[in-house]
Amino acid sequence: MTDLHTDPVATAAPEATIAPEAPEAPEAPATDAPGAPDTLVHGLYREGEPIVDTKAPRGPIAERWNTRKFEASLVNPANRRKLTVIIVGTGLAGGAAAATLGEAGYNVKSFCYQDSPRRAHSIAAQGGINAAKNYKEDGDSTFRLFYDTVKGGDYRSRESNVYRLAEVSANIIDQCVAQGVPFAREYGGLLDNRSFGGVQVSRTFYARGQTGQQLLIGAYQALERQVAAGTVEMFTRHEMLEVVIVDGKARGIIARDLVTGEIETHLADAVVLASGGYGNVFFLSTNAMGSNVTATWRAHRKGAHFANPCYTQIHPTCIPVAGEHQSKLTLMSESLRNDGRIWVPKNAADCEKDPREIPEEDRDYYLERIYPSFGNLVPRDIASRQAKNVCDEGRGVGPKVGDFRRGVYLDFTDALKRMSAEAVAEKYGNLLDMYQRITGENPYEVPMRIYPAVHYTMGGLWVDYDLQSSIPGLFVTGEANFSDHGANRLGASALMQGLADGYFVLPNTIRDYLAKGPFPKLEESNEAVVEARASVDARVQKLLSINGDRSVDSFHKELGNIMWEYCGMERSEEGLLKAIDLIRGLRDEFWRNVKVLGAADTLNQSLEKAGRVADFLELGELMCIDALHRRESCGGHFRAESQTEDGEALRHDDEYAYVAAWEWGGQDGAPTLHKEDLVYEFVEMKQRSYK
Amino acid sequence: MNLTLKIWRQAGPKSKGEMVTYPVSGISEDMSFLEMLDVLNEQLNARGEEPIAFDSDCREGICGMCGLMISGKAHGPEVTTTCQLHMRSFSDGDEITIEPWRADAFPVIKDLVVDRSSFDRIIQAGGFISANTGAAPEAHSVPVPKPKADRSFMAAACIGCGACVAACPNASGMLFLGAKITHLGELPQGQPERDARVVNMLTQHDDEGFGGCTNIGECSSACPKEIPLDVINQLNKDLRHALAHGE
Repeated sequence: MTDLHTDPVATAAPEATIAPEAPEAPEAPATDAPGAPDTLVHGLYREGEPIVDTKAPRGPIAERWNTRKFEASLVNPANRRKLTVIIVGTGLAGGAAAATLGEAGYNVKSFCYQDSPRRAHSIAAQGGINAAKNYKEDGDSTFRLFYDTVKGGDYRSRESNVYRLAEVSANIIDQCVAQGVPFAREYGGLLDNRSFGGVQVSRTFYARGQTGQQLLIGAYQALERQVAAGTVEMFTRHEMLEVVIVDGKARGIIARDLVTGEIETHLADAVVLASGGYGNVFFLSTNAMGSNVTATWRAHRKGAHFANPCYTQIHPTCIPVAGEHQSKLTLMSESLRNDGRIWVPKNAADCEKDPREIPEEDRDYYLERIYPSFGNLVPRDIASRQAKNVCDEGRGVGPKVGDFRRGVYLDFTDALKRMSAEAVAEKYGNLLDMYQRITGENPYEVPMRIYPAVHYTMGGLWVDYDLQSSIPGLFVTGEANFSDHGANRLGASALMQGLADGYFVLPNTIRDYLAKGPFPKLEESNEAVVEARASVDARVQKLLSINGDRSVDSFHKELGNIMWEYCGMERSEEGLLKAIDLIRGLRDEFWRNVKVLGAADTLNQSLEKAGRVADFLELGELMCIDALHRRESCGGHFRAESQTEDGEALRHDDEYAYVAAWEWGGQDGAPTLHKEDLVYEFVEMKQRSYK
Repeated sequence: MNLTLKIWRQAGPKSKGEMVTYPVSGISEDMSFLEMLDVLNEQLNARGEEPIAFDSDCREGICGMCGLMISGKAHGPEVTTTCQLHMRSFSDGDEITIEPWRADAFPVIKDLVVDRSSFDRIIQAGGFISANTGAAPEAHSVPVPKPKADRSFMAAACIGCGACVAACPNASGMLFLGAKITHLGELPQGQPERDARVVNMLTQHDDEGFGGCTNIGECSSACPKEIPLDVINQLNKDLRHALAHGE
């Protein structure tokens, strides 16, 4: 990290940073710290004090959430209207929270970078939402959903949080139905369910392949109802660029009006970040073009710990990359694995053949072969890694990109024989149409080709049971936090977590904090506010003034290639160390050589992208450091050095059964690792087996 | 393939706009339409010209953020969103005009970007079911006949992109409006507010400057989610019903 002092933000407001249990930010550069080489592990980070979640009650797991709801202070309805809450992001976690807090009578200011809150990327979730309703009477229960989620997360999540998630899941379905979400129904008028990866019960509620859209529209309509009621003020086409911290508490944000370019200060009693995940650090992912880490990263730089950044979900059923021009990858719901069969040719020589001409005995249905009990429904991390393995063996299919075929077949031939084409269309029609639209091939006639792609990030800002980060008054919900999915998220659980946090968890926990307010009135002239705002102004001006030779996209693509190559489906010490070097070099070049045209005081999409990529360039390094320090394989994090004889992920519970919460080490400093031990009282930690 | 693009450039909401011609080459048929514009923008950036502003987000046809008038057709020649339109729908040598949605209720912000907040205000006027968090009854307490659930779902598939308005000679938002009326009106949960909903949403629609419907049907044929024209019949039916009940 040599030249990063060129980032104007480096000078901004370090004293506003709070981190109660952390040592002072180190002064010396990480790479050549002559004074303290002994404290830096790998020359990259230092170990700090352990941390604990002090908010989760003890006692029987089924009683903890009720206990917490009872113990959390109440806010008198008359006082609620004196309290202001800022919520950044309008996806399921943010939109649901804004609507619910508005209904409760708080003043809510809701922000999104899109032109309408209805566009948030939750909308793209396809397959469904889990809930322990046990409508199928197939042995499901709250405890089983809890158990499956803990196991699916490879024993790297918190028991208390996951149990609560399973517990409120049933309320979510009730709430959504009451809002008019048109879930799939059976002929008797009752709700239908389907099964999803990693479980053996049918607990997934769905609305064809558009479940996320329908749930988000439900939350969006509830939100707009509160806008009409005057409790929520909506700021569309606004991007949060900094968090305001006064006296150690989160008290507001600095946002840019993306239409006028105006830098605005918004102050509040508490701030909620519901800004989604950071998969776009890979450039190519299933995220939306605008999905970014800026909100959470700016908070991290101000003292919020970032937990498990390396836990990335690579989703197995995406449409393969077609060429250099590609701007994003498209996922096809894993529900397709219910009826589709995944295979590659047994012989590499058959890979160029028309798949319909490859006889049954020459096909390798490798998931069914390796995992006879779960077959095509193994969890996502396993399905993805096995796809990579067969392609690495030279048995991939589809056109070569570079000199490599990255694709496996997802074949509906059997399903089309078993069901009618109409029945398949009824269940999956929009997905198959989308496939045809993108690839130009007809999936009713030719097996589809799929390949894993970056989809979801389990890591995120560290939060306690109340969803409060290490900065008091800063809450984090949905994909933006780290809390519920451990090292791997099961299908149909992201929607569940987003809505659980937004409708039921945050509104109950944030009141415990708000009950201490209203906090002293703040003026925009407050020193910390002025400083935060000045740092944003300076950064905008800096990005516009570099006027180098390379576009923002070219940096983003190069970063993405580094991350995919060395911090993707398989990671190794050698590769990660190399990646860190490459990222530092790239970041240095970015601040010297990026070319951002246009002005600050207008809609400027290049400028928006530049700010996001600048933050990804810092996040990418932390992801690699986290992946490097975790010398075990767990869930989506696969370390080449830690595998069983047959190539399965090998955990080391004795050393790594903890959450890695990273504290920002200053612009030229090294991050500090705080460990939160994961204690399993109700589920026994086992090596996962889906065989 | 090589193409000639004629693109609407407009520096800001109050600036005068104009069509500008840009040749592009080396376009692959596997590119999406927006990836083709990404290529052009990279070239513009490299030679010091400000890239063309256009909206897009999910790029998988579901968020409704993208929307361009492509050679006079909303979202271009296929029944899909602009982001899901691929260059295999065009031929080498084609001349393609690219304009923003044009409607009084969708003012241009810059280049191809328009302001569709009028749609949000229509929803605020009544496009919801009032059900506070926590107040919901058990989901199975109210069965919904499958045909009604299916029709509700069909209408709920609207992505709010605005193609219906852009395609309509009257710049009417009736398809958008009818879709929401049908989505909520088909469900038992939507009944208590059904009369007020249609009246309030329609009033807001008219106040925003959208035109009236004259049953031309361009909206439905441009709709990437194939929302049928009969949702406007539903809207009219609900309106008559509501007025008869004194709303």
